[in-house]
Amino acid sequence: MTAAIEVNGLVKRYGTLAAVDGIGFSVPVGTVFSFLGPNGAGKTTTTEILEGLRRRTEGEVQVLGLDPWTDGRELHQRIGVIPQDFRFFDKITPKEAIEYYRALFGTKVNPGTLLEQVELSDKANSRYDTLSGGQKQKFGLALALTNDPEICFLDEPTTGLDPHARRAIWAVIRNLKREGRTVFLTTHYLEEAELLADQVAIIDRGTIIAAGSPAEIIQTHGKPARMSVEGSPVLAEYLRMNLGASAVVEDGKISVTLSNKGDALKILTAIEASGLPWTSFTTTHDTLEDVFVRLVGQMDEGALKSQGAP
Amino acid sequence: MRLRNIAADFRIVSRTYFRNPVALFFSLVFPIILISLFGLIFSTAGSGSVTLVVVNEDHNSHASVEFLAALNNTHVVNVQVVSVTPKNFSSYLGQNDYSTGLVIPVGFQSDLANRTPVNLTLYTNPQDASSAGIVEGAVQGVAAYFNLQAVCAQKTCPPVVGYTTAYVGSQVYKYIDYLIPGLIGFAILTSPMFSMVDIASSYRKDGIFRELSLTPLTRAEWLTSRILWYVALTFVTSGIMIGAGVFLFGAHVTLTTGMIPFLVVGPFFFVSLGMLAGSVAKTPESAALIGNIITFPMMFLSGTFFQVSSMPAGLQAFARILPLYYVIDGMNQVMLYSNASRAFTDFLVVLIGSIVVFLLAIRLFKWRDE
Repeated sequence: MTAAIEVNGLVKRYGTLAAVDGIGFSVPVGTVFSFLGPNGAGKTTTTEILEGLRRRTEGEVQVLGLDPWTDGRELHQRIGVIPQDFRFFDKITPKEAIEYYRALFGTKVNPGTLLEQVELSDKANSRYDTLSGGQKQKFGLALALTNDPEICFLDEPTTGLDPHARRAIWAVIRNLKREGRTVFLTTHYLEEAELLADQVAIIDRGTIIAAGSPAEIIQTHGKPARMSVEGSPVLAEYLRMNLGASAVVEDGKISVTLSNKGDALKILTAIEASGLPWTSFTTTHDTLEDVFVRLVGQMDEGALKSQGAP
Repeated sequence: MRLRNIAADFRIVSRTYFRNPVALFFSLVFPIILISLFGLIFSTAGSGSVTLVVVNEDHNSHASVEFLAALNNTHVVNVQVVSVTPKNFSSYLGQNDYSTGLVIPVGFQSDLANRTPVNLTLYTNPQDASSAGIVEGAVQGVAAYFNLQAVCAQKTCPPVVGYTTAYVGSQVYKYIDYLIPGLIGFAILTSPMFSMVDIASSYRKDGIFRELSLTPLTRAEWLTSRILWYVALTFVTSGIMIGAGVFLFGAHVTLTTGMIPFLVVGPFFFVSLGMLAGSVAKTPESAALIGNIITFPMMFLSGTFFQVSSMPAGLQAFARILPLYYVIDGMNQVMLYSNASRAFTDFLVVLIGSIVVFLLAIRLFKWRDE
């Protein structure tokens, strides 16, 4: 699959501080790539380098085969960007803004169609400063699509939005993918990345600490799936004796690690066979958020140790 | 009412205030600027002498020379005799930045001897009231002295030497006539400067420049569109000011195409300068501060409300490095004094300055970060 974005050994230094420290990844055309990381990890710096808004210190970066810094003008004709906290001229309406961008890009897009696509038709003639947070983000999204971009860079597009507005933005992102566009999405919401992204990269302290599809990352870095049942310590002992399973009792709940799918059935059969009382049978597995929190937490611990903290 | 609450809030107010450079500028620095500027502008009134340009048509007759010597001896005026025909004298004064002038007519000596009333013509500039007052007082005093000296048979003699007053400039009658070009200059300065300084810093802070940098719009195109907007706005404001001056106050203004270059090049300069000031500042607060520091001296020292020639020599020299001086002087030359060659020089100065500042602004104002 052709790469829409190709990054190798990317470094961005501010004085002696390396905000981005030798990262590399590739984003295939027509996929949704989610770039995750805690605040100050280097997400926005990387995104801005890819968008041609910031100069890199070292490394190779190709976006649609172009160098974003030196070929910025040509690249901007082919990409769409919603920055974090999209802002526009206060007294301008979405329709007027699209007409403005249409003239600048020399395209023939219909403002009505574009606003319909982002579900903002009812606010076509409302001024920017009268719109809600979600409507402003949709406004930004519509503007980013004015030039029919091949790649959409969405930098935390749903931050601060209510659940309904977030879902509306998700629908637009899914639609962008259906249309064959590449989406580069940075977000704080891990659930969003898990739902939308084909590939994910987690960045922390300027380096990538995990990459792959959400399922691959969970499988590689997450804890195995667990089954839990409410029962007595006697039941836990029974399961340990009969299944050799690592049954742990916590807060009146027996938790058993599942090595494969068939394990759940075996455990349930054994519980039933024990004749002991039990209730509330559930299975749980790590989400991308669990993995993220653990990985970033490990990085923080490592950093503290290297600084000599107790 | 609890004192503790008031004290706590007072602390917050004072902290907010002292951490806001613009507020500090307007309350602490601006009054100092005002008092210094006005003090310097009007300091001539109390010290030194005012130049009085004289046309002596009585061909250096004894009486006329004595009259001028008496004026010089008052030490408040400094007589400077020139050879200009009385018809062109008013324009001559305007074109050469003189605020006061005096014409001694032919036959002054014989009229004085024969006790025939003779009228001098005193030219003053309503924009330089202090010089006008000083000179008029001196002329009145010397004329009274000559009237007393004149031999007279009667107990009460009618005065022989009198004077009529006229304004400097070819078609000028009132203070408002002088004020209009100055006020147009004031609008050319303030409107683009204040708004561009604000735009340059707030658009950067809000990420609007970043947003625009992702479009094919270039910085030069963006700045040019702003310049064109302010040129259009300047034409409208000038029209309103001239209209109000003429219809409400009966001003006499020469509407000439010679004004157009200044209404174009003025906004060109100040939009670029505002952008430059806003670009070098790191925050909107410091941008506003830089903007004020540049704007305020120009507001008062460029001939907006007071004629530059009425200021002390040091301030006059300072005024001549201010770009607004050339905009206002150019407009004065075309609207009041019909002096096209000097207006053309003024225009060239502003045009060259505008090109330099425009290029600098484009270079220093960044859409994107390093």
